[in-house]
Amino acid sequence: MLTLLFDGVAYGMLMFILAVGLAVTLGLMNFINLAHGAFAMAGGYITVLLMNRAGVPFLVCLPLAFLGTALLGAVLERTLYRPMYARSHLDQVMFSIGLVLMAVTAVDYVVGSMQQNIHLPEWLQGRLPFAAVGIGKYRLFIIVACAVLTIALQWVLSRTRFGSRLRAAVDDPRVAGGLGLDVNRIFLLTFAVGSGLAGLGGALGAEVLGLDPTFPLKFMIYFLIVVAVGGTTTITGPLLAALLLGIADVAGKYYVPKLGAFIVYSLMIALLLWRPQGLFARMGAR
Amino acid sequence: MSIAPAALSPAARSLAGYARWRWWELALFAALPLSWLLLPGHALLLKDIAILALFAVSLDLILGYAGIVSLGHAAFFGFGAYAAALFAKEVLPDPIVGLAVAVAVSALLGLATSVLILRGTDLTRLMVTLGVASILYELANKLDWLTGGADGLTGVVIGPITVPFTALAGFEFDLNGRVAYAYTLVVLIVVLLISRRLVHSPFGASLQALRDNRLRAASIGLSVPLRLVAVYTIAGGVAGAAGALLAQTSGFASLDLFDFHRSAEVMLVLVIGGTGYLYGGIFGAIAFKLLHDLISAWTPQYWNFWIGLFLVVLVLVGRERFIRPWTWFGKGARP
Repeated sequence: MLTLLFDGVAYGMLMFILAVGLAVTLGLMNFINLAHGAFAMAGGYITVLLMNRAGVPFLVCLPLAFLGTALLGAVLERTLYRPMYARSHLDQVMFSIGLVLMAVTAVDYVVGSMQQNIHLPEWLQGRLPFAAVGIGKYRLFIIVACAVLTIALQWVLSRTRFGSRLRAAVDDPRVAGGLGLDVNRIFLLTFAVGSGLAGLGGALGAEVLGLDPTFPLKFMIYFLIVVAVGGTTTITGPLLAALLLGIADVAGKYYVPKLGAFIVYSLMIALLLWRPQGLFARMGAR
Repeated sequence: MSIAPAALSPAARSLAGYARWRWWELALFAALPLSWLLLPGHALLLKDIAILALFAVSLDLILGYAGIVSLGHAAFFGFGAYAAALFAKEVLPDPIVGLAVAVAVSALLGLATSVLILRGTDLTRLMVTLGVASILYELANKLDWLTGGADGLTGVVIGPITVPFTALAGFEFDLNGRVAYAYTLVVLIVVLLISRRLVHSPFGASLQALRDNRLRAASIGLSVPLRLVAVYTIAGGVAGAAGALLAQTSGFASLDLFDFHRSAEVMLVLVIGGTGYLYGGIFGAIAFKLLHDLISAWTPQYWNFWIGLFLVVLVLVGRERFIRPWTWFGKGARP
């Protein structure tokens, strides 16, 4: 039971890191980016390829995955995404589906369609006997890493100058622009960091979630659930939504494996019926 | 027409003007049966195009006319297909009765799920429609005693077509697909005629009004939720018909029918053909299938890449300019 809860929390934290960039994209530019999972996949593949082909240690790979996908995100934002902000949601959906299809096939072509394995270092394998429950060392590592990231994010958002600019831009981009904030630049940075976080999440999650070229399609709905249920105005909303999703998914698959992902989808629909703006959305804005 | 045009209000006259038959519409409706006569060797491909076109027309009703962005329209397609296949297998192999049953249950599904799309933003609707399709996928996967699970529903035998109220009977589905294509074509034409009547009616005009501005439509006294429920139900039924046709003409239903790529594909078809335009689905389906055949003959495994690239370019350039190559260069080339 406790192990289950623990696994659920680890899964949820991972989902949060993967999806938080999407929350910002949606909240800031009202852009529906279905291709977010492609960045996560990029991070995962960077790690796998570096580790298996070049023998780079796991801990070095993680920041590289972050930087690599952040750079990719920045380049794509500059070249492809920016013209799409003002378009209709239908256009954005079509555009990002197109990107996903390209990413999936390109990876399939370059690396192959098989499932990729990550060889974790010795000290992350096995379980810790802890108060009569076995705790996977790697799960613990994920939770700690994601918690540190979350706290750092929260600190940046609430305490730094960049954070307050970002929050201003999310609340109302036009007024923020009118006050002299360079909304475009803020968005470029945020998009890059969000993609980087997705890449890092993909790298961390390659062991837990599995990594193959269909990754962006398989997990697209999960990212969207986190964002749609958690709302886009705060960082705690998506965090709680991700934890809820993680625990519900792990527990559901354990207790009633026959129903599979059924529980998660039903839960999402019920939540969205109850609170269409997300669980933790503030009233008023937008 | 029993009422003289002068007796109509200006609004009704303008609506009637839109609803007038144009010559190219008549030509299109004439071309559909002609394709059956003139291209007997391509009946199987044409049948697939017609089914895809029917599916796209159904999406057009909710996306193009009512402005509901749906990522799970395959839910109705798959539901209709499974309903038709199960009905033929367990109850009665008659295709026309099966089609009617499939349309009815898909429309019911549309009615039941339409409450989900009334609230929230585009994102919420996207998620909810996607969620419904995923739930149906999971159901079809797990209820393997009924649906055959991941293996698909096999052993479906469809009887010969018997046209009700006439002496026409005994059209067996043949291997080269001519009967199947004729059957599909009749359904497509009937649906097109109904949809044409529908979108040119005051109901259709009110749908476009609420697509353009929901708040304003509500404030001039249109009941927005009722209209959305109605159009979602109709679109569900039409998509169910498309699915049923596929299941009946192929004698098979599989999980793949509920898959995300099907919802994405039909959206792509509609975007190529043009949304909010009744015949967009038909032109889109023709273009898409031909493109598909062309690319997959050249690179069967990676054709998704080119479809993706095509999508990205199409959206970046803008559909309006994309289909008008003469505007690419020269003055006004930049939007």
